[in-house]
Amino acid sequence: MTSVPLTAGHVPDAHDPHATSTGLDNKKIAIWAFIGSECMLFASLISTYLIYKGRSKVGPFPHETWTDPSTGHKFGAILNIPVTSASTFVLLMSSLAMVLALAAVQNKNIPKRTTSERILGSSQLWLLATAALGITFLGFQAYEFTSFVHEGLSIRTNLFGSSFFTLTGFHGAHVTAGVIWLLTLFAIDRKRGLGPRDEVNVDIAALYWHFVDVVWIAIFTLVYLIK
Amino acid sequence: MTHSTHPAADAAVADHHGAGIEHAHPTWSTYWKVATILTLITAVEVWVYYVPAIVQSRWFVPVLLIMSAVKFAIVVLFYMHLKYDHRLFRVLFTGPLIIAMTTIVALMFLFGKLAARVGAVG
Amino acid sequence: MATIAATPAHAHESHAHPTGFMSWMSTVDHKRIGTLYLFTALFFFLLGGLEAEIIRMQLQGPNGTLVSAETYNQLFTMHGTTMIFLAIMPLSAAFFNYLIPLQIGARDVAFPRLNAFSYWVYVLGGIFINLSWLLHAAPDGGWFGYAPLTTRAYSPGMNIDFWVLGLQILGVSSLAAGFNFITTIINMRAPGMNLMRMPMFTWAAFVVQFLIVLAFPVITIALVFLMFDRFFGTNFYTTAAGADPLLWQHLFWIFGHPEVYILILPAFGLVSDVLPAHTRKPIFGYPVMVFSLILIAFLGFGVWAHHMFAVGMGPIADTVFGLTTMLIAIPTGVKIFNWIATMHGGSIRFTTACLFCIALVAFFTIGGLSGVMHASPPADLQQTDTYFIVAHFHYVLFGGSMMGLFAGVYHYFPKITGRLLSERIGKWHFWLTAIGMNLTFFPMHMSGLLGMPRRIYRYDAGQGWDGFNLASSIGAYILAVGTLFLVWNIIKSLRSGTRAGNDPWGSPTLEWAIPSPPPEYNFARIPTVTSRYPLWDMKQPALTSEVPHSHRGDKEMEVAVGGKTVGHPHPGPAAQSTRVSESEMHIETETYTPAQVGIVLPDPTVKPFFVALGMVIMLGSPLFMHEAQIREIAGNAAGHRTAMTMFWIFVLGGAALMVGSLYNWLLTPLESDHH
Repeated sequence: MTSVPLTAGHVPDAHDPHATSTGLDNKKIAIWAFIGSECMLFASLISTYLIYKGRSKVGPFPHETWTDPSTGHKFGAILNIPVTSASTFVLLMSSLAMVLALAAVQNKNIPKRTTSERILGSSQLWLLATAALGITFLGFQAYEFTSFVHEGLSIRTNLFGSSFFTLTGFHGAHVTAGVIWLLTLFAIDRKRGLGPRDEVNVDIAALYWHFVDVVWIAIFTLVYLIK
Repeated sequence: MTHSTHPAADAAVADHHGAGIEHAHPTWSTYWKVATILTLITAVEVWVYYVPAIVQSRWFVPVLLIMSAVKFAIVVLFYMHLKYDHRLFRVLFTGPLIIAMTTIVALMFLFGKLAARVGAVG
Repeated sequence: MATIAATPAHAHESHAHPTGFMSWMSTVDHKRIGTLYLFTALFFFLLGGLEAEIIRMQLQGPNGTLVSAETYNQLFTMHGTTMIFLAIMPLSAAFFNYLIPLQIGARDVAFPRLNAFSYWVYVLGGIFINLSWLLHAAPDGGWFGYAPLTTRAYSPGMNIDFWVLGLQILGVSSLAAGFNFITTIINMRAPGMNLMRMPMFTWAAFVVQFLIVLAFPVITIALVFLMFDRFFGTNFYTTAAGADPLLWQHLFWIFGHPEVYILILPAFGLVSDVLPAHTRKPIFGYPVMVFSLILIAFLGFGVWAHHMFAVGMGPIADTVFGLTTMLIAIPTGVKIFNWIATMHGGSIRFTTACLFCIALVAFFTIGGLSGVMHASPPADLQQTDTYFIVAHFHYVLFGGSMMGLFAGVYHYFPKITGRLLSERIGKWHFWLTAIGMNLTFFPMHMSGLLGMPRRIYRYDAGQGWDGFNLASSIGAYILAVGTLFLVWNIIKSLRSGTRAGNDPWGSPTLEWAIPSPPPEYNFARIPTVTSRYPLWDMKQPALTSEVPHSHRGDKEMEVAVGGKTVGHPHPGPAAQSTRVSESEMHIETETYTPAQVGIVLPDPTVKPFFVALGMVIMLGSPLFMHEAQIREIAGNAAGHRTAMTMFWIFVLGGAALMVGSLYNWLLTPLESDHH
């Protein structure tokens, strides 16, 4: 008789999360590979913006004033640095809220003694705060886009308009996806509570969120500040 | 920073990763410090933008790029805890990042955005 | 008795071998998905081949009248697009799917449902692009789709719309598979399977996944710009607004050059695994083969502008890109010589699979040499846009990729179906393909050097090209006959092929330690790997007695699986005669149901199919937007409204289907028994 070559107890189960070759979670490796891929995505967008910087034939321009020769209408420099600085700050703070949310999930089972510990340990609070800050950032972006269109810059106007709206729009789409992800986690947290065993699910959302933040750090300097 | 470090946080982390493969995690005080530093650098960046003397100097662009790179690195190292995490993740991120940065720089040369400066130095 | 004792309480009957249409729609088994990839890609290979045959009929003699210029443009565009994105890449993906988990000793890929999603996106995307034939509006801008030519101003029809949307869809498939395989290879290896013990095919697949995840985002962005230009009136490729006509070319080739390595490296990997089995020798210089793969991939990101020497980038850029291109010849040459050294002194069995391997080494070398020729900008200026280039890339893609993939088909078909392909019909297939290929593509070197441009649909007599074109066309017909032998062989084997058994070739790697076709769970018992050639160590230790083995990672492996029975230090070359004991490596001859061996498999699910369907509907919907724009310009307000309504129905319906199915998928555990 050919023996069945095993007993269950001796088999490292391939689906046991601890049985991976590296001891790391599959999802985390996948999200980092995804983030690496996203580097190339945003590198292409940023390169195009920089290549087309200063090549638009007509205004409005980001940092310079422009007078339309046919109408005589004078356009100011279109980028609104104070508003964008505020939205940048909002996004940075959302990253802080995100790390606090992750820490709260990791430390869910530790008893909380003081009020500040209870606040810091509330994963729901920090997940919601992160999503809310993300929505605030998107609100700033919506305000920025509509005011640009009112001032006469659309995605069709010139090379700056095309590359600016596409680059920041792509970033905004990433923030939107992140907000939906965070709200989903928040809903799960409300429903059944997220504990240490959900750590990796919150961690990959956090890594994605911080990466989107990091991309904005680059965009803020390269698009808004460098003249 | 009174509520900076949860008394049991470190112990819990050590428990959770009992295998001892992973390094220590950043603590809550680290997170607050990082947020403060990020805010300060952003404030300096915006301030620099409004100082005509700096804007007109040749240091304007390099200074902004360096500050941006520092912010980038801080978020990746602490908030994305790459500093504390498995070496593999560092490889998975820095490899593509290097290729992406090199591609951007090469494209800048090819489209004549950097050639003028090199010419001036040469 | 042991069986009963080993059966855990949660075993149930739902995993009894399912068959039928729904079982294929809902499968998450990497082997079945790989089989789907294999047959779908072979179908598209026949379709792309048919397009090539019509092209060759048109060009057979001067002033061909078979097809119009418009149809000809569609034919060569779809031939390239089909062969690259719908035939060669998915054929490689068939082997990635089927072989990676088997070669590394895993039960499945890291994300089985994502794997099904990749396949469905691929097949729906392929159907989407080819639907354009029904409207007589197949893409007609070349597989490279150079903008501004492909912008609305110069390509007003729906042709390019199908191309720009279809390629974005196919990109999603490749990217999703890329993340999946990277994770699988890093994280799902059997105990002891350290990186330097992985089979060469798995290594090639590993490297290719990085090329995919880093190259595809770039073309995605280039395509998004083109899509925005065509549908929303942006200016990315509008030169009148100051756009640079080279932007597309740069972005496209930053993707496009890694893409050629995405096409060739899997074939290299297959040959590096097939050749040792049929020459009875370990691969020569395994570590160098691995490092040359990595080096080719890395350098592959720094050579893209050699496709653009003719646009006038200036002497510095030309020199740099010429040099980096020539540098790639070094690791590639290393691989060629290592294959030859592998064969040297081996006891070669000239099976069909082996012949295709040898053909790759020979024909790829010819294509590689002409590649080095146009790495030199002055020579390239003479050759660019002529049939010399067509000859070059068909020698590397047909003579290279396809030969390697055919070798893989003949070698692995018995593993996949349990039945051998006929060697007699296979020899006919091989010799007709080898002769036909050279007769088709070698004369193109001559017609190209005599100045025959690419992409012309007819030419006048008396320019010295007539004979070469006739030869090329005859060669193409021979290729068609050869391919029919492959089809006949496959059908015959499926019906009445000889049973293969576990290991018909005496191969050294893990996939041959299990029955053919493998059971659903792959390995009843996850093997412990102690060397690069576990089966030879066990069955023919003399073959591996001189191979040094890496011990790297043995310790880490032990830690990773919680200190279970792993990581026995290898006895080392001197003590090679020590047979690997049964407890470490095991030949499995019986197939059980998963329940019998107590293995929990992922549940079958159609959710990935519906996510893919929703995504393809959503991404394809801009076609209606263009129709609406046409009707608006024609003053047809009602028609405009109808088309826009259709657009919104499709985009929102597709999005709803995608998001709904995705949530349903993500909130359902992989296995119903999972706690």
